[in-house]
Amino acid sequence: MSESHAQAPALAHHFESYEQQKETSFLGMWLFLAQEIMFFGGMFVTYVVYRTTYPLAFEAGSHELPIHWGFANTLVLLVSSFTMVVAVNGAQTGKPKRLFAGLVGTIVFGLVFLSVKYVEYSIKWDHHLVPGLNWAWDGPDGAQIYFSLYFAMTGMHALHMVVGIGIMLFMLRPALRGKWTPENYNFVEGFGLYWHFVDIVWIFLFPYLYLIR
Amino acid sequence: MAKDGHSLKPYFFVLLLLWTLTVATWGTALLELPHPWGAVVAFLIAMTKATLVVLFFMHVKSASPLVKLAAAGGFFWLLIFFAIILSDYLARHPVTGWT
Repeated sequence: MSESHAQAPALAHHFESYEQQKETSFLGMWLFLAQEIMFFGGMFVTYVVYRTTYPLAFEAGSHELPIHWGFANTLVLLVSSFTMVVAVNGAQTGKPKRLFAGLVGTIVFGLVFLSVKYVEYSIKWDHHLVPGLNWAWDGPDGAQIYFSLYFAMTGMHALHMVVGIGIMLFMLRPALRGKWTPENYNFVEGFGLYWHFVDIVWIFLFPYLYLIR
Repeated sequence: MAKDGHSLKPYFFVLLLLWTLTVATWGTALLELPHPWGAVVAFLIAMTKATLVVLFFMHVKSASPLVKLAAAGGFFWLLIFFAIILSDYLARHPVTGWT
């Protein structure tokens, strides 16, 4: 189903067809995500090693986290994944308004998530639970490792969201102007893959940081 | 997901499933299952949620075999990473002190 490039303005010259262009784009994004999986994987392996070394400290540390905030944020982030897939669907089916609304929704829910994270970090600071900066603890040994991992993992997760929200802000105008069409919505789908991946990381962070009992 | 691709209903259904599983995660944590079962159940639920996101939100279910392979490859690599590192660490530091 090779298109003539003159009739297919959204087809880059080095691709035979829209189908090939799309396949290449998604494959590249998944290879990038494989790298991201290994990046977060390194922190998860560290988590398992230290949780089995200091199980009491991890449990005591976990009790300091407000479960209701983590729970609410999980629901919020899942909604943001839903609005993201709505955005992708809008691009895929040639509905710029749906795409725009989906992006706005994802940005809003992303910001809600980050605001809650800010509240949680403030509580940690007030409770002297920030290793190296503001630390006071009389529980089991090893809690500094738990809270270091907490800040490293949720911090890297939040950073990914900040980057994602930044990219979406730049997508708003082209979205309304119809830059992405059913023939070539690859950028939107690729960004969606990134956003959903960040969601998946949180799916594992919530039970393993907040719910150790 | 849907062949015609216009309906958002299937996505909404997946969202509701994900919400339900989130409630289930919290619920099972409240049960305070004996170690290590709490962590195991949490893992199974998280894996189910991640699989739903990958298959439906990330459209891997309807992706080409090559994209499916690349997606699975990333997670398989992670499995190797965990298996080799933990076979060493867990063997050298027997888990003690579980309450």
